[in-house]
Amino acid sequence: MSRLIYRKIVNGFMLFLTGVCTLVTVLVLFLILGFLIYNGGKSIDWNFLTKLPLPPGEPGGGLANAIVGSAVMVGLAALIGLPVGFLGGIYLAEFGGKSFAFAVRYMADLLNGVPSIVIGIFAWGVAVKPMHGYSALAGAFALSLMLVPISLRTTEQFMLTVPRALREGALALGAPKWKVISTVVVPAAMKGILTGMILGVARAAGECAPLLFTALNNNFWARRLTEPTAALPVMIYRRAIAPYDDWHRQAWAAGLVLIAMVLITNITARYILSRGISVQKG
Amino acid sequence: MSAPAILANKSGRTRRWHGLQTGDEVAHFVTFLFAASVLFVTAFLVWELWIQSAESRAKFGFHFLATSDWDPVLGQFGALPFIYGTVLTSVLALIISIPLAVGAAIFLAELAPPSLSSACTFLVELLAAIPSVIYGLLALFTVVPLMRNYAEPFLKKTLGFLPFFQGPAIGVGYLAASVVLAVMTFPFIIAISRESLMEVPRDQREAAMALGATRWESTFQVVVPYARLGILGSIFLGLARALGETMAVTMVIGNDPAMHASFFAPGYTIAAVIANEFAEAGTSLHTSALIEMGLVLFSVTIVVNALARLLVIATSRKGTAQSQ
Repeated sequence: MSRLIYRKIVNGFMLFLTGVCTLVTVLVLFLILGFLIYNGGKSIDWNFLTKLPLPPGEPGGGLANAIVGSAVMVGLAALIGLPVGFLGGIYLAEFGGKSFAFAVRYMADLLNGVPSIVIGIFAWGVAVKPMHGYSALAGAFALSLMLVPISLRTTEQFMLTVPRALREGALALGAPKWKVISTVVVPAAMKGILTGMILGVARAAGECAPLLFTALNNNFWARRLTEPTAALPVMIYRRAIAPYDDWHRQAWAAGLVLIAMVLITNITARYILSRGISVQKG
Repeated sequence: MSAPAILANKSGRTRRWHGLQTGDEVAHFVTFLFAASVLFVTAFLVWELWIQSAESRAKFGFHFLATSDWDPVLGQFGALPFIYGTVLTSVLALIISIPLAVGAAIFLAELAPPSLSSACTFLVELLAAIPSVIYGLLALFTVVPLMRNYAEPFLKKTLGFLPFFQGPAIGVGYLAASVVLAVMTFPFIIAISRESLMEVPRDQREAAMALGATRWESTFQVVVPYARLGILGSIFLGLARALGETMAVTMVIGNDPAMHASFFAPGYTIAAVIANEFAEAGTSLHTSALIEMGLVLFSVTIVVNALARLLVIATSRKGTAQSQ
């Protein structure tokens, strides 16, 4: 009998422990958010959002150029990377042969797992070295490389959830395949695809490593796409490791802006996804 | 294959050699180009890393991986301290995160009611969405002081007889980096372990229960072994992430290109040295050496990632075969 009691105690204890594990991991998220909101909230003000950075030692100033720089580079990256992945994803879902599609899928997953710093080196070799200068274009190129696999896999995944009957119905009406894809399948899967793309863009917006030596940094407004450009994540890094209290304050504020953007997009996108994709079964 | 697909194939085959005539062929061809561009870009990436690191590879050969001098001024470059730092921090991170993350995955897959499980999974996914530079920011201002003032003195007092827990407690170093990496690998391990645990067929659990096993015994001796490949895959994915993680590590590793036995000591990782020195590299040899480090990092993460994907694919195949 004591054996049974022992087993029951072990059972209860271990199950309790797994609950504690979960609590710890979830708690970490709330600790992170709490610290950011506390420290960032103290530091964020109107100057931060509208002014240029000041030299070290002078209090005040902001990171307006970094906010704009991030927006420009992420926007450009989305313009390049998302359509490439989208069209590739259509191929995988609608035309793909077996082994070629498998190779592309596998490569996309590997590309997705390549450390972002290595993507940065690649972008440097392709877009910085030949052009003899750091630029927003190079930064956008690096970010777009991270978006391609995400966009490709999302597109494929959601197009495959579109029921076969929908395609066959349209084909039976005499529509050619490209018309079926563009007017039936893609619209049906669009909600999911867009959500996945938005999540990908949010991830790219937080990337710092690929920008370190492609877009570099800039304390002033970048007037052209071929100039070094400031980005929010890079600014957070530079400010955080510098020895000035006022810069630390700005790093926290920038962190709060970045995390707010990332979390809002994530929560909205996942909320839309959880409401279901608007595909009619049948 | 369904009837329309066969029809489309047939018309494609007869017309293939007459150029692109119908919309379908154009669509097929264009989307094919974009899908192939993924293969092309990956190949180009490898080629670029290989070509750009030629100078360093020619000068140092395989000694690059086995020597520990890192002196940009004298032009001496050896990758060993960085490889050591990368491996040490990643392994330590996994030692911290595996029990926690697998425990959490078991709780979410086996015990928690569905609503709690999906809520927690959502929160864990948000953890994955946090940019790494934010992890670095927090680590620099919270984890590092905690390490310096509490964790490291405590470890020194209790386990100080081991060489790993000796030396001055300065906060930044291998241990701080490992703690941050551990947190960053949580979401990967939890999400995929949970999925593979949930794919375990119900009969397995019921059979164990029917034999009189307690819930924990059924979980630990039947369900977890059944899902072991998927869990292993998730750990490999976490490892790949930890090996390549840049910003968070760069901010707390301490940037010391030397090898220390002590976990408290400052070190360096491959990704961190690239992040710190690449833009300021003075000589082409320096740049080339950094790119060769990138090549090393790339190869290692590719291998680890490929293993992880294969493991995950294997388990999901097994899962679907069982459920049919």
